[in-house]
Amino acid sequence: MGGRIETREVEQVARLARLELSAEEKERMREQLDRILGYIDKLRRLDTEGVPPTSHAVPMVNVMREDEPRPCLPPQEMLANAPDRSGDFFRVPRIIED
Amino acid sequence: MTDPSAAYEVVIGLEVHAQLRTRSKMFCGCPTAFGAPPNSQTCPVCQGMPGSLPVINRRAVEFGVRTALAFHCRVNASCRFARKHYYYPDMPKNYQISQYEEPLAEDGWLELQADGQPRRIAIQRLHLEEDVGRLIHEGTLETAHASLVDFNRSGVPLMETVSQPDVRSPEEAAAYLRAFRAVLLYLGVCDGNMEEGSLRCDANISLRRWGAPDLGTKVEIKNLNSFKNVQRALEFEALRQREALDRGERIVQETRLWDADRGRTRTMRGKEQAHDYRYFPEPDLVPLELSRASVEAVRADLPELPAARRQRFVREYGLPTYDADLLTQTRALADYYEAAVREVPHPKLVSNWMMSELLRAIPADDERALAASPISPRHLAGLLRLVADGTITGKIAKDVFEKMFRSGEDALTIVGREGLTQIADTAALGAVVDQVLRANPKAVEDWRRGKKAAAGALVGQVMKATQGKANPSVVNSLLEAKLSQL
Amino acid sequence: MITQLTVHALVEQFRRGAATPSAAARAYLDRIAAVDPSVRAYITVTPERALAAAAAADARWRAGRPLSPIDGVPIAVKDLLCTKGVRTTCGSRILEHFVPPYDATVIERLEAAGTVLLGKTNMDEFAMGSSTEHSAFFATRNPWDLARVPGGSSGGSGAAVAADLAAAALGSDTGGSIRQPAAFTGTVGLKPTYGRVSRYGLVAFASSLDQIGPFAKDVIDAALVLRVIAGRDPLDSTSADVPAPDFVAELGRPIEGLRLGVPQEYFVEGMDPEVEASVREAIEVLKRLGGRAEPISLPTTDYALAAYYLIAPAEASSNLARYDGVKYGSRAAGARDVIDMSSKTRAQGFGPEVKRRIMLGTYALSAGYYEAYYGKAQKVRTLVRRDFDAAFARVDVIVAPTTPNLPFKHGEKEDPLAMYLNDVLTIPVNLAGLPGVSVRCGFSLAGLPIGLQFIGRPFDEATLLRAAHAYEQATGWQTRRPPLP
Ligand SMILES: [Zn+2]
Repeated sequence: MGGRIETREVEQVARLARLELSAEEKERMREQLDRILGYIDKLRRLDTEGVPPTSHAVPMVNVMREDEPRPCLPPQEMLANAPDRSGDFFRVPRIIED
Repeated sequence: MTDPSAAYEVVIGLEVHAQLRTRSKMFCGCPTAFGAPPNSQTCPVCQGMPGSLPVINRRAVEFGVRTALAFHCRVNASCRFARKHYYYPDMPKNYQISQYEEPLAEDGWLELQADGQPRRIAIQRLHLEEDVGRLIHEGTLETAHASLVDFNRSGVPLMETVSQPDVRSPEEAAAYLRAFRAVLLYLGVCDGNMEEGSLRCDANISLRRWGAPDLGTKVEIKNLNSFKNVQRALEFEALRQREALDRGERIVQETRLWDADRGRTRTMRGKEQAHDYRYFPEPDLVPLELSRASVEAVRADLPELPAARRQRFVREYGLPTYDADLLTQTRALADYYEAAVREVPHPKLVSNWMMSELLRAIPADDERALAASPISPRHLAGLLRLVADGTITGKIAKDVFEKMFRSGEDALTIVGREGLTQIADTAALGAVVDQVLRANPKAVEDWRRGKKAAAGALVGQVMKATQGKANPSVVNSLLEAKLSQL
Repeated sequence: MITQLTVHALVEQFRRGAATPSAAARAYLDRIAAVDPSVRAYITVTPERALAAAAAADARWRAGRPLSPIDGVPIAVKDLLCTKGVRTTCGSRILEHFVPPYDATVIERLEAAGTVLLGKTNMDEFAMGSSTEHSAFFATRNPWDLARVPGGSSGGSGAAVAADLAAAALGSDTGGSIRQPAAFTGTVGLKPTYGRVSRYGLVAFASSLDQIGPFAKDVIDAALVLRVIAGRDPLDSTSADVPAPDFVAELGRPIEGLRLGVPQEYFVEGMDPEVEASVREAIEVLKRLGGRAEPISLPTTDYALAAYYLIAPAEASSNLARYDGVKYGSRAAGARDVIDMSSKTRAQGFGPEVKRRIMLGTYALSAGYYEAYYGKAQKVRTLVRRDFDAAFARVDVIVAPTTPNLPFKHGEKEDPLAMYLNDVLTIPVNLAGLPGVSVRCGFSLAGLPIGLQFIGRPFDEATLLRAAHAYEQATGWQTRRPPLP
């Protein structure tokens, strides 16, 4: 066991997941993910050749709604939980590309 | 600008996002109207609130199928939605419900006219997804300290159509988009309004030496919001790449943003920062399995499309290809033409008047303006009937057209009220001609001395005296007769 | 004491006029005030709302026009069901002050049935955990031994029903989050078939596995609540268009001849001997009632947990991406830009277990790993389902322990993997979308409850509940009460 996931990968995944981790957290995370992935590795022993994937436990198809407008919620309700707002807009800090 | 095609072949692929003209959003019942007050058209679903769930809009799927069939695509027997993950503050869930491995439709083509020749551009796939919200920057994107988010647009149905890299020039890219837009307008699935963002285009472009077997490194260009910008951006980018290649540099695979104000593209993000979208099947939705019968029902209901209508206009009305091309740009314009021709059976006359007068007042691709035109097809036909039977002259007709456009009245009303009926009566016109000859001895003298052009000035005087109502050919023959008798 | 009554006994009093919904609501609110400080089942109690709803129910019972067979019944719901105007925290700092502008479908259905909402119960943050120790606010205690955990993630709902702090409660079950705390608190906990109950308004953990279900004092109560919340919802595309039968009417039928499958893989190594003994004894009871028990095999069981710990975190990493400090929830102060703001907001707003699963799920979905992890897990899911299909070709109901062990002490399972292993017997049911119920089947020498799990065919809750009810009626376990005032 061990060595399945490196610190560099932890950092990359944290960036994808938008999680700021301290150096200490990163190391703990690396260690724990490594153990969990070690356990999960047992799946390799199971032959799944030709087995289709299941993404829905109960197979259903073609669930749709008619194209009919329904009432919206008023802006004051939709913005009631906003951490920051300007008028009826949500307000966010400076946008940069990652 | 030097032509990059001298040494290199330009290879372009286009991705078009079209907003579908549904009444409600892709996955919730909020309306899709443009220009509503901020955050007034949202609900827990399209604002990505905890606990909310999407439900597929049936009409959006129908519109997708309709378009796929018009593009000759194979509609997949089974398709599903997937989540595409990336963080951006205009995207409420920080994933977009889109389609990935199993899109709605694949493998079609779109025919366009290149140098008067039909050309087919292959379409790779067509899928449905949801739009994101809208950002307003306090300042520009670069200088803003904060941005504002409006989720009204979030969840509006989008149809993404990806072409194969079959497009071979920036002009052809613009032609592809024009043809693409025309089909969507004919189908009634999109309003085609580029300023409001109903139609958006991303392009990828690469260059390769003529005859090279492999494609060059491609660059993706975003933010192309008009046909003109698509062409300009691609022209700029083709040149930039060619110059780089000529200098022996390698093209970097990247995403570039088109800056219309500066007329150039600039780096947005490089390949090393390429997104890892982590697609997986959307567990909140179930797959779509469209039966053959339901697809065939949509096919049977397809309207006549631009290419077919263009051919029919040439065949049925004897129009030149140029006229047919122009008049079939939008379904509304072609409908207008056919409605007018039904009233007054002079196809070329109607075509001439639409091209020279109507389309001077109304942009050819603006269906809304055409629908709101003060001159209806019936009114135009009424006017042209008066021209065709000689009641009014062409010159008078142009004035009448303008008056009709301003007032919305029909031609007969204006002609009757203003006494504009053409005078073709020989006796009445003869008296006017005599008067003009007497009043213009100098011109008569010039004519006698062999200056035949003087006759033109005399015709003008007759027209002036009759306020343009005189039949020009009657005036000509009268003048000729009287002058030779002098 | 009115708070000790089952739902059906309480409603019988309403019918006879021996008690009123208002009296019941007040009794529960008084008991919450007195006892909950030691159990800590509730995050939010809603007395005004409860009393107003109860008064309306009083009038209906007086007029002889109740809205449903559970009109006026005081109920608690897990704090991940959206309640309009009542904060819904999911046990997380990031949603500490979140007040939804809408009601979950199950909340609407409970209200349409006239029930009285007492409040919102504690849970492991975003339903990730098996002990309710991972709530960002406080740990809930097991009413049978306050030093022990009530299980999780719906530990607050389980504890509330066990401690008579609600007549019934709703929880959600993604990998055992109803059944395991039901076993630990000695309550009846039902996880319906996936699609039986609308998920609209349930704050998602793992969308393809989550299902809402009741905690109750007995099987009849669970059936009564299920009847109210079940059924197709046009707002949830995955809710099935399957009619909800009168589950209560089905309960009376005997189980003579019912074929009961006993999966050998569910008696795992390291299982607590007291749990095993109780479950084996329970199977003997079922046989005496006419059930025909036979051993069956579910060979993929050993792999189900590993597949679950890919699928659930992957879906969670996606579902939890929306908590970015833009639209609702808390926002970290002093950020340079929007990326920094979201990264800090999430770092401060999520607890360690949630971060761990977001990381694991993001990793499992990321480029280059999808096929080896997420893709593989989805295939294993197919095999798990096939195991059950094969079993249900031979038997009507599967009987097994709910958990391999007894309720553990607070802080006893620090290691994440050790905690995950606690779900090994409940997870396969979620992967296959089946209904499952846990009922009390005895006590350890130390007086801790033990759970017996019944697993049924898809949408066959009726048979499942009938077997559970028959067992319950044949034993006296329901009469024992936790050592509380
Ligand atoms: Zn909406």
